[in-house]
Parts: sequence; C-alpha cells; structure tokens
Amino acid sequence: MTNAALDTDLRDLYQDLILDHGKHPRNFRIAKNANHEALGHNPLCGDRLMLYVTVDDDNVVQDVAFQGSGCAISMASASMMTDMLKGKTLAEVGALFDYMHGACTGETVTPAGLAEDDVDRIKALAGVRHYPMRVKCATLAWHTLQAALKNEKKVSTE
Amino acid sequence: MANEAASPVCYAPADELFACAAPRIYMAEQYRKDFPVLDQKIHDHPLVYLDNAASAQKPRMVMDAMTRFMENDYANIHRGVHELSVRATDKYEAVRGTVRRFINAAHDDEIIFVRGATDAINLVAASWGRTFLKAGDEIILTTLEHHANIVPWQMLRDSIGIKLVVVPITPEGDVRIEDVKAAFTSRTKLVSVAHVSNALGTVLPVAEIIKLAHEHNALALIDGCQAVSHMPVDVRGLDADFYVFSGHKLYGPTGSAILYDKREILKQMPPYQGGGDMIASVSFKETTYKEPPHRFEAGTPAITEIIGLGAAIEYVSTIGLNRIARHENELLAYATEKLRAINSLKIIGTTPNKAGIISFTMEGAHPHDIGTILDRQGVAVRAGHHCAQPLMEFLGIAATARASFGLYNTKADVDALVAALRKVQEIFA
Ligand SMILES: Cc1ncc(COP(=O)(O)O)c(C=O)c1O
Repeated sequence: MTNAALDTDLRDLYQDLILDHGKHPRNFRIAKNANHEALGHNPLCGDRLMLYVTVDDDNVVQDVAFQGSGCAISMASASMMTDMLKGKTLAEVGALFDYMHGACTGETVTPAGLAEDDVDRIKALAGVRHYPMRVKCATLAWHTLQAALKNEKKVSTE
Repeated sequence: MANEAASPVCYAPADELFACAAPRIYMAEQYRKDFPVLDQKIHDHPLVYLDNAASAQKPRMVMDAMTRFMENDYANIHRGVHELSVRATDKYEAVRGTVRRFINAAHDDEIIFVRGATDAINLVAASWGRTFLKAGDEIILTTLEHHANIVPWQMLRDSIGIKLVVVPITPEGDVRIEDVKAAFTSRTKLVSVAHVSNALGTVLPVAEIIKLAHEHNALALIDGCQAVSHMPVDVRGLDADFYVFSGHKLYGPTGSAILYDKREILKQMPPYQGGGDMIASVSFKETTYKEPPHRFEAGTPAITEIIGLGAAIEYVSTIGLNRIARHENELLAYATEKLRAINSLKIIGTTPNKAGIISFTMEGAHPHDIGTILDRQGVAVRAGHHCAQPLMEFLGIAATARASFGLYNTKADVDALVAALRKVQEIFA
C-alpha cells in the first residue's frame, strides 16, 4: 500500500471530525439531576463511560452528558451522540439509533426523516465498518443510551 | 511409566528438520523461513508479527510432526493392545522426557500434560490448595500477575477462606526482594509469581523468591508462560516446587501445556478431575487412582498437540535458548532505544530486567487506536490490559500497546514498528 493509499484508508476511520471530538469531547461532565443514567463498559478493551440523560414529560431530551475513558472512536462517538440528541423526541432518538446501528454494521439503511447534519456525523462514525474490531468502540455510547432509556444501570458489550 | 531414555520426538531426518542448521551466527531471517505464516502481506504490507507474548507462530516442523503423527501413528493412548495405540502411547510418553530435559527436571513423572497454563494453575489450586490450605493461610502474589495466576486463588479464597497477600511493584515495574520478604508471615503457605511479566516484560528474581519461600516453609509456584520461550529455564536449579507454561507461546500448538510438580509434592496431591485414564480400578463402591503423573490426566488428552509441543521444544532447543535469549535481548535494547526517541511515547516498565516484551503508551492516542493504525501497516501488536487489570490499575492506566519478540523477529521488524508509530503521531498530532 502506498503512503497515500494508507492515509486515505486510515483517514476514512480517523476523520478530522472524529479526531476533534475524541480530543475535545463535548458535554463531558457529570449531570447529577439526569433522570436516566447508565454505565457502558467494553470489557475487551476496558473502555467505560457513564451516560446521563434528562428527558422531560413530553419525551423530549433536554440534556445529555457523559464521562469516561476510551479510545478516540468511543470518545468521539459518545461526544457526537450527546450533541445530536439534545432537543430530540424519544421517537427521533430511536430512528437515529437504528440508522447509526445499520451504518456501522454495513447495512444500508436510508436515513428517512433525519437531519442532514446528523446523517453526516453518523457517516463519519461509520468509518468503523471496515474495521470489524472497532465497531463496538463506535456503538458503545449508543448501547449505553439504550440501556439508560430503559433504566438499565449497566451495559456491557461483548 | 515412560522410559526416561526414550528418543526425542522426531519425524524427519535431522538435515531436513531445520532451515537453521548453521549454529554460529544467529540468523533470524533464516529461522523466519521455518514459519510459513510469516510470509504474507497484511493490508498490502509485509506482516511484522510482534504479538508473540499472546501466542507465538508455529514452525513448519511442528506442523509436520503433528501431521506425520496423525498420518502414521495416531490412536488413543494407554488403552489399546493394538500396534497404533502402543506407538501413540510411546510417542506421547516420550514427550515427558523431552520436557524434563528442556526444564532440567529430575524425573519424567514430574511432568504433567495439561491444556494450558490456566489449567495448570487451577489444577494446583484445586488439588494441592484444597488439600493443604486452611482458613487463614496465606498466598503471596505480586501486582503484575496475569489473571490466570489471580483468579484461581481468589476462588479458593472465597471457598475456604485463605488470604491473598499482594506484593507491590516499583514504578519501574520491578518486584523487589525486600518487598517479597516483608510479605511473609507464619501463615504463608505458597508464593505464586510470574517468572516474566506478560504485560511489562519484567524478569522477576524467582530464584531468590523461591529461596525465601523455602526459608519460610512455604512452596513456590512459578508461572513461566513468558519465560520458557525467552531464556533457558532450570527448575532444579531454581528449586521451584511448581512451574507452569503453555505450549502455544513456545511455538507449539494450543491445547498443550506443562505443569512441573516436584515428585514429593505430587505424591501427596489428590486427583484434580475424575474420569478415564487416571484410575487404577473403578467399582461403584470405590475407585483407586493411578500414580502421578497419570492421576492428573483424566480423559483423553490432547495427544497430537502434546506431540507438537515435543517438536516445538526440539526446535527451540536445536537453535538454543541461550542464543534466542541473546538475540531477543539485542532486539529489546534496539527497540528500547528507537522507541525512546519518539517524544510522545512512554515506555511502561523501565527496569533493565526485561525479556522480550516492550509495553508503551502514546500521548493523545489510545492503545487501541495505536493497534489499529499499526495493523493497517502490517504490524501486529497487542493493545489492552493484557489480562492484568490489577497491574493496569496500579499503574493508573487503562491499557498499553505491547510489542513482544520471538526468535524470528529482526531489527527490520523494529524499524517497521517505529515507522508505523510515526503514522500514529501524524494522525494524532
Ligand atoms: C504470564 C501468563 N500467565 C498465564 C497465562 C495464561 O496462559 P493460557 O491462556 O495459555 O492458559 C498467560 C497467557 O496469556 C501469561 O502470559
């Protein structure tokens, strides 16, 4: 592989957006008053993150925050997810999850009704689909989100 | 009982066996040709295999020995009167002699075939531990142990109430003999430590540790998984009571491993598992057991894999463990110097007492990202906690990237690693 091809290949995974969120995660804080929270853990690589979600009475996400440690992909995915969720209804969150899941596992799902901005961000995360060992890094935050919304305290991806 | 003078496992004329017949200069490039798997490209780059501590690759002659055994001599052992069973039994039992010579044990019957080092430690914990330990007795471990040398003792602790005493390591990754000394009490019954740390590469002062154990009337188990492939091991010289290692890290097959267990101790140990092959006679009223080592080998063992392990030991012995050690130490020194020159990289475990392993972290890049970026350049390393989570916690890190050397690695492999790490720096700049 030439150096240029290698760069293209690696840049597919480590896009600037990912590197930026990995280095400077957004909403990286404890949210004590959240009404949903869960701990996500990938025992294989030790990545762990605590996710805090506040959903109001109209089923709209008011606040999302997280703290944790892990690789660039898992941190970026969590950070980008928190950015995307705020202001969405739980139904919209569900649609986003389905699209994210499909995109990372290589299924072709049409992003029906999703905001263009969200689609772009998920496409950036979906670079992992060519790196089978890294798919769980990208999906950890999302599985933790599901667990939090179902009021399960812990989720472990293995 | 095996014939201690039995010939080594050997299925090919000697001149055909090794591409490594020139004994004077060490020629890793030449040995490399004995390992078919190394001759390939990964993501369009030549494979640079630096994950030997997880498992080593297999030389052609090990595969050939196993194939020839299956083609010519395979049958179940210790049970048939027919010719093949006799041959298979002889070849299998002969490996005890090969292993005895390899680690300089006194007797073939001190060599027990098990499936992995994990299996071996569980055997000692279940058989010796449950027989000789009582509530309040203590076992000394160190911070850097592999989970395989932690969890079996914890299970024993939880069921019979023994106590685990953990000796801390220094920031450099060393185990200091004073710290081990301080851990002994009148209740200490066993010291169970790694010979070489799989996560850091530290070589522990096991001879002194064993001596201390004996001065305190305790026994010593040495987890030699990461030692036997990197240096000559002499269990009698060390005076180890138990010594365990897995075949797959020694260029042999998975499913083959050794528990060395001193004869006097072994004689007093009850069976670990019950079943066929380990009994002298069975009735529904009462069963009597065979003498060691067979008492500890219930059921049909991994016959072909043990034959393969014998061949792997012949292979490394022909090259010479002293020479392999010298070569790998040179590689380690070279790699240490090259990695030190990378300013964002930190070597984890800076003691000079190391063998074959170099662990590191990089500023701004998680070990998993390092692993992925290296893999795309054909360089295979391990990234993670290395089954040593207590050690990672002690060091205050979640994971490291680890390069570990085998007899076939070269300075060019180290150069490829360094070049690949530059790419990590570039991406995470
Ligand atoms: C130091 C050490 N002890 C024990 C083990 C366990 O060996 P196995 O998985 O072959 O049973 C390993 C291998 O990972 C090791 O490196």
